[in-house]
Amino acid sequence: MSKRVLMKGNEVIAEAAIRAGCRYYFGYPITPQTEIMHYMALTMNKAGGTFVQAESEVAAINMVYGASAAGGRVLTSSSSPGISLKQEGFSYIAGAELPAVVVNIVRGGPGLGGILPAQGDYFQATKGGGHGDYRNIVIAPASIQELYEMTVEAFNLADKYRMLVMILGDGTLGQMMEPVSFREKEPIVIPEKPWALTGRKDREEHNTIQSIYINPDDLEAKNIELQDKYKVVSRDEVRYEELNTEGAEIIIVAFGTCSRICRNVIRQASGIGIKVGMIRPITLWPFPTEVIAAAAAKPETRAFLDVELNAGQMVEDVRLAVNGKKPVHFYGRMGGNLPGQQEILDRIIKIHEEGK
Amino acid sequence: MAIVFEKTKGLTDKPFHYCPGCTHGIIHRIIAEVMCEMNILDDAIGVSSVGCTYNNYEYFACDMVQAAHGRAPAVATGIKRVHPGNMVFTYQGDGDLASIGTAEIVHAAARGEKICAFFVNNAVYGMTSGQMAPTTLLGQVTTTSPFGRDANLQGYPINMSEMLATLQGAVYIERVTVVDFKSIQQAKKAIAKAFRVQQKRLGFAFVEFLSTCPTNWGKDPVDSLQWIRENMIPQYPLGVFKGKDLEV
Ligand SMILES: Cc1ncc(C[n+]2csc(CCOP(=O)(O)OP(=O)(O)O)c2C)c(N)n1
Ligand code: SF4
Ligand SMILES: [Mg+2]
Repeated sequence: MSKRVLMKGNEVIAEAAIRAGCRYYFGYPITPQTEIMHYMALTMNKAGGTFVQAESEVAAINMVYGASAAGGRVLTSSSSPGISLKQEGFSYIAGAELPAVVVNIVRGGPGLGGILPAQGDYFQATKGGGHGDYRNIVIAPASIQELYEMTVEAFNLADKYRMLVMILGDGTLGQMMEPVSFREKEPIVIPEKPWALTGRKDREEHNTIQSIYINPDDLEAKNIELQDKYKVVSRDEVRYEELNTEGAEIIIVAFGTCSRICRNVIRQASGIGIKVGMIRPITLWPFPTEVIAAAAAKPETRAFLDVELNAGQMVEDVRLAVNGKKPVHFYGRMGGNLPGQQEILDRIIKIHEEGK
Repeated sequence: MAIVFEKTKGLTDKPFHYCPGCTHGIIHRIIAEVMCEMNILDDAIGVSSVGCTYNNYEYFACDMVQAAHGRAPAVATGIKRVHPGNMVFTYQGDGDLASIGTAEIVHAAARGEKICAFFVNNAVYGMTSGQMAPTTLLGQVTTTSPFGRDANLQGYPINMSEMLATLQGAVYIERVTVVDFKSIQQAKKAIAKAFRVQQKRLGFAFVEFLSTCPTNWGKDPVDSLQWIRENMIPQYPLGVFKGKDLEV
């Protein structure tokens, strides 16, 4: 690690993308992610790349589709309402197996909602949102340092698997400032792209990229191929953090900004003699199902508490992982409100009392 | 024996699936011929759209990508920004370009995106069986205007060439047709000029083709050509709407 600087989350994402070799950015303004665009407008040309302010999020994601088909490393960013518009493009990108990185700095919804931080887009991010059987890798960093490192990683994963990787942040992560240490040199891995559109030049055959298979057998074969790829991703790319889970009687599951609050709750709980641990999914898809299942199987684990900035979305995946072995409780706030440490602690005390 | 006619190398050997008398085929052929004549086939990257020509990525022998409905100009923008030296074109129908994709085409033109858009206006949604398109003529019967398009209920046809010609970024716009030898020759000239505009990086180039859809018009191929002459040309006059004096 070299220089340590104080930077805003959104700017770190943009800086990380450029460091990762991303040279094409297409976006449309929306709060609370607009600083990514501003940073790109200022720096992309200097970096030898291209910045285009698109006429809509729909156009932006289709520009991403084109640039990726042409072999470029490409980024778009938006926030919830804009991400809804991009879903058509996500489905086409999945079908055509194109690498792309998309940032969603989530705000409260539904509808125009509000501009404050929320996690209400968990379902949309991890369960599709566009049409068809497809998956995106979804990464949920919890600090500015992690935002930087995972953005670089997102580009490598996108190219490795030829799929869309989403960085799922929220208004807090995008807007807050924290120190970040940038590496001297980024671990960039860009594979050969013989499939890319470059003009035929000396190739015998023309390259074509499409997501349409009119023949049902061809389409089924394509779907099986995609599912096989997703299986490899689920096996090899799960990331998570475990905190004090050893011997814990209550295990919190939380991601992103919410996990930062829970981190402090763990300390408070231990102060009053309740052993609380946390499993923090870093990849929301693939989800750390096995880690949660293993924790549920331990005799000392009495219950889970899933905490989110929504009405309870990830908790469904936690329940699937726990599979009825232990009770799974939920605590959430919505609308851009964050839970206070005490609110979560009260919930823990209640679970602890009930379990006696 | 001397070869008097040969299929252009700009097309693959895959047989077209178009209906008899459909002029999409002619338009494909002349675009392919022009790419060969200008020696740009190896540089060209085309964008197929959604309509009867959804799979023309199998027909054009250059590199091709298939885009979502209406989004071809945005996809072409992404490609062109990665490969500014390549020739990038879209091939779009009137439902695709003049209805669901109006924002994308207008802004590609306004940005002066250095691409060519080939716009095939057959006054209906061909692929989905003949619904009213924004280009459907007043009084024209379609499956969704079964009593004839009524201006009072369904508004008026959109003249895309005239509309786009108001934009500064659009440097060359021409409307052509392919109803006879002479008009086909003129259409070829327009395609070549559009590509030359792109080669010289002057800005956005657009060629509109008045084209037949015998199947959904319920007419035989010959009557369909006549229908273009008698009904479409009065609403959509042929000619250059931008860049008449442009020497390229
Ligand atoms: C988002 C979306 N909406 C609707 C369709 C269905 N659809 C397929 S082709 C088409 C109409 C195409 O008409 P046009 O662009 O005029 O092309 P033509 O077939 O006449 O050449 C439509 C509506 C689709 N594929 N995607
Ligand atoms: S439906 Fe119309 S546009 Fe489509 S191939 Fe047939 S004639 Fe051509
Ligand atoms: Mg049409």
